[in-house]
Amino acid sequence: MADLSLNLAGIKSPNPFWLASAPPTNSGYQVQRAFEAGWGGAVWKTLGEPILNVTSRFAAVGFNGQKVAGFNNIELITDRPLEVNLREIYETKKRFPNHAIIASLMVEPTQEKWHEIVKRVEEVGVDGLELNFGCPHGMAERGMGAASGQVPELVEKQTMWAKEVAETPVIVKLTPNITDITFTAQAAVNGGADAVSMINTINSLAGVDIDTWDTIPNVAGKGAHGGYCGPAVKPIALNMVAECARHPKINVPISGMGGVSSWREAVEFMLMGATGVQVCTAAMHHGFSIVEDMKDGLNNYLDEKGIDSVMDLVGKSVEKYSDWGNLDLNHQIVAKINNDVCINCNKCHIACEDTSHQCIDMLKDDNGNDILKVREEDCVGCNLCSIVCPVDGAIDMVDYANGKPPMTWNERQAAIGAASSCEVDLIK
Amino acid sequence: MTQLKSKGISLENLKSNFEEVHEGLNNQEAMEEANRCLYCYDAPCIKACPTSIDIPKFIKKIASGNLKGSATTIMSSNPVGATCARVCPTEELCEGACVLNHSTEPILIGDLQRFATDWAIKNEQLLFKPGEKNGMKVAVVGGGPAGLSAARELARFGYEVTIFEAEAEAGGLDTYGIVSFRLPQDISRWEVDQVRQMDVEIRTNTRVGTDVTFQELSEQYDSIVLTIGMGNVPMLGIEGEDLNGVHDAIEFVKSTKSGPVTEELLGKNVVVIGAGNTAIDAATCAARKGAADVKIVYRRTVKEMTAYDFEYDFAKQDNVEFNWLTQPIEIIGDETNQVTHLKCVKMALGEPDADGRRRAAPVEGSEFVMEADAVIKAIGQTRYSDLIEGFGLDHEGGVVKVDPESLQTSNSKVFAAGDVIFAKGQGEAMVVTAAQQGKEVAMAIHKQLAPAPTAAM
Repeated sequence: MADLSLNLAGIKSPNPFWLASAPPTNSGYQVQRAFEAGWGGAVWKTLGEPILNVTSRFAAVGFNGQKVAGFNNIELITDRPLEVNLREIYETKKRFPNHAIIASLMVEPTQEKWHEIVKRVEEVGVDGLELNFGCPHGMAERGMGAASGQVPELVEKQTMWAKEVAETPVIVKLTPNITDITFTAQAAVNGGADAVSMINTINSLAGVDIDTWDTIPNVAGKGAHGGYCGPAVKPIALNMVAECARHPKINVPISGMGGVSSWREAVEFMLMGATGVQVCTAAMHHGFSIVEDMKDGLNNYLDEKGIDSVMDLVGKSVEKYSDWGNLDLNHQIVAKINNDVCINCNKCHIACEDTSHQCIDMLKDDNGNDILKVREEDCVGCNLCSIVCPVDGAIDMVDYANGKPPMTWNERQAAIGAASSCEVDLIK
Repeated sequence: MTQLKSKGISLENLKSNFEEVHEGLNNQEAMEEANRCLYCYDAPCIKACPTSIDIPKFIKKIASGNLKGSATTIMSSNPVGATCARVCPTEELCEGACVLNHSTEPILIGDLQRFATDWAIKNEQLLFKPGEKNGMKVAVVGGGPAGLSAARELARFGYEVTIFEAEAEAGGLDTYGIVSFRLPQDISRWEVDQVRQMDVEIRTNTRVGTDVTFQELSEQYDSIVLTIGMGNVPMLGIEGEDLNGVHDAIEFVKSTKSGPVTEELLGKNVVVIGAGNTAIDAATCAARKGAADVKIVYRRTVKEMTAYDFEYDFAKQDNVEFNWLTQPIEIIGDETNQVTHLKCVKMALGEPDADGRRRAAPVEGSEFVMEADAVIKAIGQTRYSDLIEGFGLDHEGGVVKVDPESLQTSNSKVFAAGDVIFAKGQGEAMVVTAAQQGKEVAMAIHKQLAPAPTAAM
């Protein structure tokens, strides 16, 4: 049994699975149910001036018959009075002293407002604060959430204001609706953040009803952009976590989120530098009980790998993530089709023929059976065939010894530069 | 192949026993199944379909919600595609070829085909338009699947087509011969209607050779398609065949599809002779008419039986008892000429005969008698040899001789398709084969008459 307990910038929780600030953490009733189900922590739905919500609020994107590949919402922060939320936080923390409760906060970008809310919230005994600089809809139109999270100076300044009075760790939650998240992450660090969390939701329109031509979702026939999350956003979130994790100036822990649906994504995020994960869509899709397999699967994974503590996973893959210019241009892999496993759907052939490098031939073997064969000399090792193959083990991507020494683009350019500087300047 | 699951037999409401047994997929099941299709390239299911339906294409269209396109894809390749969705032995054809047999479970292609065509039926879709008229006329003799298929294709090519149908309705076996709990008549009627709406004239209750002569057809039409199928069950050649209560299986099944379900077999003992598709149909119809006991007697064994496995399973669900190696030798009646018993002899298998099936020979002294209030004969079908000879066509025992490529008969103006050219040992007499041959005949005629190309092609 591995140690699943987490320590993120001093915030401790019995396991790395937190519920993200979102509808599942709207009330004490819900958070207590979540803790009973086994969640390690909860980021309370964002506190601030109570707002008004609209109906409807959610929409999902399915794919090939699968529900909720992506999820979109236009719900705002808490619509309940601050006193009610604070009382319930107090009661919940009292019942579950070992679970992490982090209060998500959003106020107008003034020093006075930040001081006020930080003090009031810390009074009831939270384990940490998460500054919501990410909410992309509604609140952003009022200058809060993503609107302030998209301006590095505002991120830095507000973090600083919160830190001026905060006694618990401050996490800054970042918006992905920005060209390069490392800019705002650095701003948070400069402002004194103890940790950053990412990603908040991505600006989105879930769909258009092709019969009524209304947006999905819509409110009385009118729509507005929402925030996108769920399994579909995982690669975007994972990259942003990884980019921050490998950035030399972003040296605070990262709470990762965006498409975590099982222990597997949690492992991926942690390997890429996240100290624990936050989850919302998967819980909204299936209920709080999903955390049982998250913990169990993670524990079995760690045991199998011989890892004692989940904290030992953090960042283990970060050094494997770099820039394109550092990839070995001379390394070569090719596809190998195992015809004894292949079921002859020919998807690899047509994918390669129509959309890649035309190197998979449909042939007959000596007994007249259909077989597929890769012409290795023409294969560029793109992986497409193995991606579209529906059968495990039918296509392997194998190393192809071409005898060339490793050479990255950067090395190549440097070599060319060194050679040309002796003679003529090629650019002129 | 979706296995047919009997829901049991009601003795109170016999009519309900003849409602379609298999319910088909609901919308969600169809979507899930359609999304499971791999969309193979050069897919083996297409090659396994005698009519070469582009199966991955029609399934993809279900998944995308383009049901009209899906039904059109199916019916374009197979003018009786709604019927075939229900009666094809899919485990031996498309589903048997599905690559997923090698990894998980084959796609329920038949059920998906039914889902798409049911949508077209329910939404009263007209899927095809006749081609621009090319001024030529073709007579189709027999409005079964082969005839309908030929007529539909010829109409698309621009021919003026007239179907001559002896029965009150077209559709042939699809309308009259396949039990309604597997194929409701409305399905066949819709297919007939699709053809009729292509400006094909369907003259029902018109028997060629009687109501209209071959001479007249030959004079009035540029080409003739012979799709007359096969006739009734031949005589057994044993004593007692003329007794009351002795039925021809084809006629018997037809009676369950024409008019109300009658009660004369309620609580009775029924014996069906034979173990082919029609014998199963007759036996299950008898069971569903409330017979207390239904037995099949067959002179060979389960191995030689020509019924499909799923038919055999279904008959067993309807409590049909199979008596192998049992040869009827006499039908016994009472003083009112009503059948009371069937006398049989036990058989033993010998060497394989010409069709490769082992010949059965009687076991001496093994005669026995079984009770029977009705005896249904299902030992094959006779040929319309007289009609074929009336047309002056070469034939072999009532099987019209054709050029294997063009399906042209010994008369260059006459082409034949379907059961009328089906000979023993040449594949299976399936609806889907008839449909394909109908298409081939239409193409051959079009090639022969070679009218100027029309825009609608």
